Amino acid sequence: MDNPIQIPTVAELQAKGEKPELLYWVGCAASFDQRAQRTARAVAQILTKAGILFAILGAEESCTGDPARRAGHEWLFQMMALKNIQTLNQYGIQQIVTSCPHCFHTLKNEYPELGGHYEVWHHTQLIEKLIREKRIQLREEKEERVTYHDSCYLGRANGIFDAPRDILKALHTQMHEMLHHRTRGMCCGAGGAQMWKEEEPGKTRVNIARTQEALDTKAQTIVAACPFCHIMLYDGVKHFGKEEEIRVKDIAELVAERLM
Amino acid sequence: MILVQQIVFIALLVAGITIFSRKLRHIRRNILLGRKEKITDHSWERWKRVILFAFGQKKMFRNWIPGILHLFVYLGFIIINIEIVEIILDGILGTHRLFLPYMKQAYPIFISAFEVLAVLVIIACSIFLIRRNVLHVKRFEQPEMTRWPRQDANNILIFEIILMLLFLTMNTSDQALQYLHERGYHHTGFFLISYPISKLFVHSSPAFLIGMERSAWWLHITGVLFFLNYLPYSKHFHILLAFPNTYYASLESSGKMPLMENIVPEVKNMLGLSDSSASLESGSEQAAVPEHFGAKDIFDLSWRHLLAAYSCTECGRCTAACPANLTGKKLSPRKIVMDTRDRLEEVGKNIDLHGQFIDDGKSLLDYISEEELRACTTCQACVVECPVSISPLAIILELRRYLVMEASQTPQDWNAMFTSIENNGAPWAFPPDERGRWAQS
Repeated sequence: MDNPIQIPTVAELQAKGEKPELLYWVGCAASFDQRAQRTARAVAQILTKAGILFAILGAEESCTGDPARRAGHEWLFQMMALKNIQTLNQYGIQQIVTSCPHCFHTLKNEYPELGGHYEVWHHTQLIEKLIREKRIQLREEKEERVTYHDSCYLGRANGIFDAPRDILKALHTQMHEMLHHRTRGMCCGAGGAQMWKEEEPGKTRVNIARTQEALDTKAQTIVAACPFCHIMLYDGVKHFGKEEEIRVKDIAELVAERLM
Repeated sequence: MILVQQIVFIALLVAGITIFSRKLRHIRRNILLGRKEKITDHSWERWKRVILFAFGQKKMFRNWIPGILHLFVYLGFIIINIEIVEIILDGILGTHRLFLPYMKQAYPIFISAFEVLAVLVIIACSIFLIRRNVLHVKRFEQPEMTRWPRQDANNILIFEIILMLLFLTMNTSDQALQYLHERGYHHTGFFLISYPISKLFVHSSPAFLIGMERSAWWLHITGVLFFLNYLPYSKHFHILLAFPNTYYASLESSGKMPLMENIVPEVKNMLGLSDSSASLESGSEQAAVPEHFGAKDIFDLSWRHLLAAYSCTECGRCTAACPANLTGKKLSPRKIVMDTRDRLEEVGKNIDLHGQFIDDGKSLLDYISEEELRACTTCQACVVECPVSISPLAIILELRRYLVMEASQTPQDWNAMFTSIENNGAPWAFPPDERGRWAQS
């Protein structure tokens, strides 16, 4: 999915005397992980298509501090948060969209008490709005059997269950829910800083148990809305040797594929 | 004779209530051993939750079969307690069915409704016993559910069945005595359940029936007073504490972690942002250095987590939803809450013995292992499932803070992640200059 779009940084815009209406907070996964980078490009394509003047922070973006905080390192979290808030406030950022539910949750719910007040969107909310307002048009294609994996920090933590499902409806997909979904959605196993260490001993890995539930739906595409869920579920699909038959996609990629 | 009975009854009642209130004061003292936290905000929102989740049992209906059965037991408990008022007044005043002359025809309708509830309670409790002891429903079979917790659950169910049977026995013999026009047994009209059963007894001698009626009456009320005093030692205490616990539970997103306000000024100082702590928005009190970073023992947890520990009814909905537990990890959110309560009880006994807490060289971390704490993905499934609004996650995260910030017991992988965040601004070891590279392809 090569994209010819050049995405400016906030600093570049500022040098031209401009300010973005929206900041795309990319997050570490979409910045560095090759699979998640496709999500970042898809988000950029969608925003461009909708004619939104957006920018990224580039090298000035840092970790929100979420994994440190959940591992127990409050000190490091506060350091990162205060630095990020300083950067954001310096540029007068008001609206943020992010494709990572962990960044989303932290920016939205945990930065205000440290002085960071922004209107924060998760990309599923924004894309749903753009579709509803007909600011982007989607091609109709053959019906695809999909299942959607609820991210904990999007769903349970922030009550966003409908926006991604509405997008999948707009894409005319055939939705098949997993055994555990919505408020009962089962974690992919990456949250709480688990992404950065080995799992404790057990019968199986969390992502494998969850992927099994996804495979049970017989969906052709497993849809995620979080780069970490994405990585975990893809690893799960690989574990079952099904990476050739079954796609794991971020919802933004599905939308970008159908952009008219 | 009546007077002697009255005196015995009043003595029993006073003793039952005195012992219970002493235990309550004890538990209150234990709860207040926790860290101080002022919760006075959003009282309307909090009451709404009490009505919805505690009175309304909203979460119980996430599993509708146990939800409905539990509703029977709950309604039975609350509504039949109205009848207890009459029983207590009869006991004190030496009367029999005191409310009858005031309620007249309405009386048998009320008693019949109580009887129907009593039967529903018996059915529900029997099914619960079967679920636990025959069907072995998975969430009742975890390692923390052996010995006392298992016994306790069965005790409660059996006790409730016995109390309901005594209530029905009392009414049955009463109805038979009315049929025999025994003196003192006023005609009440027919009770829906006990009247048909009473027909089996109309050929019994009045003396036998009076013995049966009096024994059932005394055993019932003594049983109620005993049960009242059993509550504080049991998971059944949730019938009282579910209400305050729901009221004081966090109203914020289940994923939000509380800010450690007392370190903010220091962090700001280090970053050269020392614009005084004035910009700290939520109630910036002068920062006192905390005794511990995070929680090592129950003293470091907010009092409301200790209230939560006493409110737990060990139903295991949290554990049944926990992804770590489902995949065979040691972590069980229910055990975290039960351990918190058990440690708190241990500390309470220590204080009872010595007049104040004498360091016993133990802490909550002797009950809860690092391995359990590490396995949590902070997915909040446990928080969302809890019918009485406990957050096992909040306790886990406070203990994790202690392990990392004070005990320096951090897995190597996490240390690498911390270093990377500090140096590269990302949990992965990529340099910040490469952050925007994807956008230039």
